[in-house]
Amino acid sequence: MFTITVKRESILELMNFLYRENDLAFTFLTDLTGVHFPHPNDELGVVYHLHNLPSNFRLRIKTFFPKSDPQINSLTSLFASANFMERETYDFFGIIFLGHPNLKRILNVDDLGYFPMRKEYALEDPTRTDKDDTMFGRG
Amino acid sequence: MVNTAEAPAGVEGPGFFATSLDKVVGLARKHSIWPLPFATSCCGIEFMATMASTYDMARFGAERPSFSPRQADLLMVMGTIAKKMGPVLRQVYEQMAEPRWVIAVGACASSGGIFDTYSVLQGIDKIIPVDVYVPGCPPRPEQILDGLMRIQDLVENEPTRRRDSPEYKALLASYGIQ
Repeated sequence: MFTITVKRESILELMNFLYRENDLAFTFLTDLTGVHFPHPNDELGVVYHLHNLPSNFRLRIKTFFPKSDPQINSLTSLFASANFMERETYDFFGIIFLGHPNLKRILNVDDLGYFPMRKEYALEDPTRTDKDDTMFGRG
Repeated sequence: MVNTAEAPAGVEGPGFFATSLDKVVGLARKHSIWPLPFATSCCGIEFMATMASTYDMARFGAERPSFSPRQADLLMVMGTIAKKMGPVLRQVYEQMAEPRWVIAVGACASSGGIFDTYSVLQGIDKIIPVDVYVPGCPPRPEQILDGLMRIQDLVENEPTRRRDSPEYKALLASYGIQ
């Protein structure tokens, strides 16, 4: 699959172009997800999968930005299906989608307080209080 | 085939039989438990086998699985309870009338099981009091029936005033219920 990596500032313009241009017509957003690479630069990313339905051609677009500034333009103005996928990506990675009409948690409990799919947590969290080790013979 | 329940211990004579109210009430309750199945995953499938003809949970007087918490006596929690499901489970428990019992069927309901993760409740006893735990992943219908029989033992021997006791109130208070 063709994959291109772009700057986040151009994502909305690029998506509009791919959507509107008659020869391209990537009118279907198959998937949208987040990714976290803690090394070397501690970057978050968003990966978009586009589909041209008439020619069955797929395109993957990646964009990366620092974790300290996790913001990117929302695609909800272009794809209605981006609404829930961006909420999910926010829920798990804490990426803020600017211009999203209802950016709140979708799968996790509202008061979770952190973004669980980020690769920044110890494998076994010693501060956890909800795990009863006596049940597992390791208490 | 009809099985007659054994009479409780008491004083017997010509034309009379005397025993304590606790024992009579316990005997009646023991053989008329209405369970509320709260099934979320594979343990629920095992429960369906437990309920069906081969294992026939109705033999123990649990003839009517109640799908309304208002009329249920026994909450049977079978399966993984996600943290997001926790408040729902708790509300179901709160809607049940006293006396009520809870059985946690399977590793997930008892302790979170293999789901040692941020989104899963690590045992339903974090949010509601549990009377009997059934181990297994998932437990066989025989084990679920054994759990039900342990509940019957508790029901039979429970003093009628237990639910008014300060210990019981303190237990509920420790869960923040009522």
